[in-house]
Amino acid sequence: MHIEVSNLNKHFGDFHAVRDVSFTIEKGRLIGLLGPSGGGKTSILRMLAGLESPTSGDIVFHGKKVNELPPQERGIGFVFQNYALFKHMTVYDNIAFGLKVKKQSKDQIRERVMSLVELTGLKGFEHRYPHQLSGGQRQRVAFARALAPEPQLLLLDEPFAAIDAKIRHELRTWLKDMIERLGITSIFVTHDQDEAIEVADEIMIINKGRLEQKGSPWDIYKNPQTQFVASFIGESTIVEDVSKLKGFEDASVWPGTKALIRPEYIEVGKRSEFRIASATEPGRVKHIHFRGSEWMVEVTVGDTTLITYRSLEKEVLQPGDEVSVLVHRAYLFNDNDSWIMENKLKEDPMPIHI
Amino acid sequence: MKKLWISLTYLVFIVLLIIPLIRIFSGSWAEGWEGFVEALTRPQSLHALWMTTIIVVSVTLLNTIFGVMLALYLVRATWLGKRLKQLLNSLVDLPFAVSPVIGGLMIVLILGPNTIMGVFFEDIGFKVVYALPGMILATLFVTFPLMVREVMPVLQEIGTQQEEAASTLGAYSWYTFWKVTWPSIRWGVIYGVVLTVARSMGEFGAVLVVSGNIMNKTQTATTLVYQDVENFNVLAANSVALVLAAVSVGLLLLMEWAKKRKGH
Ligand SMILES: Nc1ncnc2c1ncn2[C@@H]1O[C@H](COP(=O)(O)OP(=O)(O)O)[C@@H](O)[C@H]1O
Ligand SMILES: [Mg+2]
Repeated sequence: MHIEVSNLNKHFGDFHAVRDVSFTIEKGRLIGLLGPSGGGKTSILRMLAGLESPTSGDIVFHGKKVNELPPQERGIGFVFQNYALFKHMTVYDNIAFGLKVKKQSKDQIRERVMSLVELTGLKGFEHRYPHQLSGGQRQRVAFARALAPEPQLLLLDEPFAAIDAKIRHELRTWLKDMIERLGITSIFVTHDQDEAIEVADEIMIINKGRLEQKGSPWDIYKNPQTQFVASFIGESTIVEDVSKLKGFEDASVWPGTKALIRPEYIEVGKRSEFRIASATEPGRVKHIHFRGSEWMVEVTVGDTTLITYRSLEKEVLQPGDEVSVLVHRAYLFNDNDSWIMENKLKEDPMPIHI
Repeated sequence: MKKLWISLTYLVFIVLLIIPLIRIFSGSWAEGWEGFVEALTRPQSLHALWMTTIIVVSVTLLNTIFGVMLALYLVRATWLGKRLKQLLNSLVDLPFAVSPVIGGLMIVLILGPNTIMGVFFEDIGFKVVYALPGMILATLFVTFPLMVREVMPVLQEIGTQQEEAASTLGAYSWYTFWKVTWPSIRWGVIYGVVLTVARSMGEFGAVLVVSGNIMNKTQTATTLVYQDVENFNVLAANSVALVLAAVSVGLLLLMEWAKKRKGH
């Protein structure tokens, strides 16, 4: 289903929960709504489903305005945050619910339910009640139940939030495969950036009721358009005065501008490890932390502390070591604007003109 | 010390409940089975028991339907303003706070033969006060909180998500109510029914005021017991009371069973 949302607003009493949100979603895409808790993600999803009515703005499905359409008529499937399974019905009856409403024949229902039971790996559990299932199984029942009436749009509100970390990972992959296989337009909500990056084709970052940015995970990572997006996606250190760092001296022409530097923009090591040593500057290792697959290194350069990671393959640094630090780029922002600045010394400092 | 308290509790229990029950039992059997049957088959006894039955059945039906509906509105309806909901919510408890006699009196004052509304209803051939409708109304007033107060917490506890899920699956409210909401509130409703039956069977004050207690016309089992006692017909009073007590014990057992099921 092709979805178009324009200038969507939602007030709860005096509280402005969703502010002027506009976006379009092409058919068959898997979209992640990402943002901190209380940002308005659930409210947006509920308005798409028709469970909440917008204060203003339009929701258009397939070129048709659906604002006035009740949830029953919207052709959507909704997976609730805590699944909202019908607790007095078996797995079979839960999945069959939407089909019974449509008054399909018993045989048709059985066929569809059993194929969904198969698809979701719930075979053998058809006669269990929700309270007899694990979190992951409940999630799959909720998924199967939402899919049964063949919706055009699948909405999932924090589908993995209530599941423990290990199974969550499996389920994510499973859900992504499943949705890709079915080709159904889907929007899922999450406050976990890894989840959004891993699962979604496209991410929409929602903060304080606003849509901050929409784009592919790589796009958002590479070109954050607001300070919030830059700090929310990935890890980062905020540097008050970036002009003190080598290669960024030019930044002093923009007073009041801060920089955000990601760990992966920074390299630390012995001087010999760098090809263009002149772009580096001296620093001192403050702390090191073992992070399972790499070292996290805190390094002080002048009076700023930067955070970066270092491969386990390289020589192990010790706190107090004098090291060279190379900052590849920084994300600069002030009240009005934000842009990316590359280390100008990284290009060969004395290019030889022939 | 603890022992003393336990014995005291038993003592109170025996004095207040068991001894009266035994007295009623032995009193109604003072002249054997014959006396008991005779007391119950007096025309006024049969009539009174019949009136009580009609009142219990109609009040329970009305209270179940309106009680569940009001509970649904109070918990679910978003279109009811918050203020209005609060007002209705406290009004529901009014019958608990007001003496049943006052409740009966209110009905007489509003619908009695000397009031505008009473005259209106009488003109269209529908006598309210000193007749069955008034008695049903009075009993309904007294029992109204029971169903609402049983069902509301259950509705609050199950939340709206299952119902919302049903709506996204294409089900409209009637279907959703029967397939999704009802199974969850069922035991609460049954519990409410039991309480309503018990209360409406035993109601005395409100009914006495509204009915005028006219023998063979507006007399219920409880007001008959009252009259029998007044007339020193202890045997008859005990016999009718025994019937009421027996039904109550039956209800009590039913309630225990419902409570257990409700827990599941
Ligand atoms: N029914 C409601 N009434 C009042 N405030 C609400 C309601 N639903 C959500 N809110 C408020 O709107 C804001 C956004 O909520 P929500 O959409 O649930 O955020 P998210 O899903 O991103 O955590 C929150 O501050 C929340 O308290
Ligand atoms: Mg939410």
